[in-house]
Amino acid sequence: MELTHTLRSLMRVRLSKFAAVVLGMTILVAVLAPWLAPHDPIKSKPWDSLHPPSGQYWLGADRLGRDQLSRLIYGARVSLVIGIGGVGIAIGLGMFIGVTAGWYGGMWDELLMRVMDGLSAFPGLLLALSLVAITGGTMVNIIVVVGIVGTPWVARITRSQVLSLREREFIVAVRGLGARPTRIMLRHLLPNCLAPIIVQASLSIAAAILLEAGLSFLGVGVKPPTPTWGGMLRHAFETVAQAPWLTVSPGVVIFLVVLAFNFFGDALRDVLDPKLRGTR
Amino acid sequence: MQRYLVRRFLNMIPTLLLVSLGVFALVRWLPSDPARLLAGVDESGAIDPVLYAKIKHDLGLDQPVLVQYGAWLAKVVRGHWGKSYLSGMEVFPQIMYRLHFTVQLALTAWVFGLLLGIPLGTVSAVRRNSPIDIAVTAFAISGIAIPHFWLGMMLIVVFAVWLGWLPYGGFDASLFAAPGLWIKQMLLPTFVLGTGLAAILMRQTRAALLEVFREPYILTARSKGLQEKRVIWTHAMKNSLLPVVTIASLQFGTLIGGTVVTETVFTLPGLGKFIVDAVLRRDYLVVQMGLLVLTVGVMLSNFAADVIYTYLDPRIRYD
Repeated sequence: MELTHTLRSLMRVRLSKFAAVVLGMTILVAVLAPWLAPHDPIKSKPWDSLHPPSGQYWLGADRLGRDQLSRLIYGARVSLVIGIGGVGIAIGLGMFIGVTAGWYGGMWDELLMRVMDGLSAFPGLLLALSLVAITGGTMVNIIVVVGIVGTPWVARITRSQVLSLREREFIVAVRGLGARPTRIMLRHLLPNCLAPIIVQASLSIAAAILLEAGLSFLGVGVKPPTPTWGGMLRHAFETVAQAPWLTVSPGVVIFLVVLAFNFFGDALRDVLDPKLRGTR
Repeated sequence: MQRYLVRRFLNMIPTLLLVSLGVFALVRWLPSDPARLLAGVDESGAIDPVLYAKIKHDLGLDQPVLVQYGAWLAKVVRGHWGKSYLSGMEVFPQIMYRLHFTVQLALTAWVFGLLLGIPLGTVSAVRRNSPIDIAVTAFAISGIAIPHFWLGMMLIVVFAVWLGWLPYGGFDASLFAAPGLWIKQMLLPTFVLGTGLAAILMRQTRAALLEVFREPYILTARSKGLQEKRVIWTHAMKNSLLPVVTIASLQFGTLIGGTVVTETVFTLPGLGKFIVDAVLRRDYLVVQMGLLVLTVGVMLSNFAADVIYTYLDPRIRYD
């Protein structure tokens, strides 16, 4: 019932319609990639190297003669899986840390928050770059690294929510009834922390997609020949003087998807916290 | 206030220790073994075990990990950062040289972000829902969503490849010896790095001003018949700028840590690019010290932001 209400309210926010269309199309393209891609995204055709946009290659071909459009379509899979998977890990880890730190307090809280402070003091991209360089550029490693980099934010938001919730009457009442801490945390605290986390999740997916693109651009992302949007930009940059058109499409796609996730997050914030409507 | 600031500064020490432990552990997890790297291999591909054991002993790698950490930390504090395993050069002067450029770039981008973000945010709030507001908001949202390395590339395509007005990248100018060249070389990187900050500040200024416009004292000022200009500049701006100044100071740390992509796109001699190159070459001592320096830089600028915030708002008393 509440979910239906939230969805209805969301669709009334104009920008979220744009976000829904862009994100819906991206997910559809990622799922249907094998049927939508006009060419093999991995097979090299050196004779078509740096082919300009034409009827055969709508967005041109890269240095190895691979179709840019097909690589763009398959690249959606990598970006979405890393974005959503990484943020999923950040939410799982961050909520566990935030809820236990806020609930137990004392030394445990101090220790966890200092670790979170330490983690968030590292510049995100450089930390991710070093961790991926150490663990290797597999999809799973990158998802975990993106999750680790995003964890402190979720932990902080959850902890601050728990600190205010633990003094509320319903929590005091549940405690008085003798509920165990695990039950209080799982049944009463976590569900009440979800709203700001959901808003943050949408914004974090956008940041995770940019992070993955940045890693691929710097040469430590998912290993070639797997097509990624950031990797495509890296290759396009190497041939920017001969084939500048190759730089356009991956950048536009990253921009639109990140923009859509940002709009979606903003719209969610408006719906879940009407006080802020129109001020951001 | 002083007590709070001293406490806040002391609070940084455990975080700093954790960060140093983090970068130390990072290098210990690496698949590459510096002793093996230095010992080299003979024609048959084997390593001389006596030489390997000696190098390991000399580097202190045969000690327990905690002893190694303590010894490493003591050396770091005294400025003995060691030599790169690959180039054989001292790490400390190399990092300081590059840090100098990174701070320079972060500063120019910060000033650019402030000069663009705050006025545009103000105009946007004052003319709420007008075409100017919509244009500024669209610019702000785009500035946050745009991948900076892509923006850099597009600017290179337009201004260096097509128009030929500005260089592709690189940096060898001095602000005082050749100011014209310095501006030419810094223009695009500053724009790319500063756009994100400008976008954040625009949104913050707009949000803060709109919030203040709803306050009763603004209504009172308007009911008294004050000119709108005076209401905005004397009454609204002063109170709405506090969160904006705080975010602007916090963002300086983010800029120092976030120059890596801009420096890579424009091949600039900054610390971010130096670390990326070291990661790709697996020169881990450089990675370790570079990360530590940037992280400490971010922490110190966050501390400075706290000092500014506490100073600006006399209502804030943390103790």
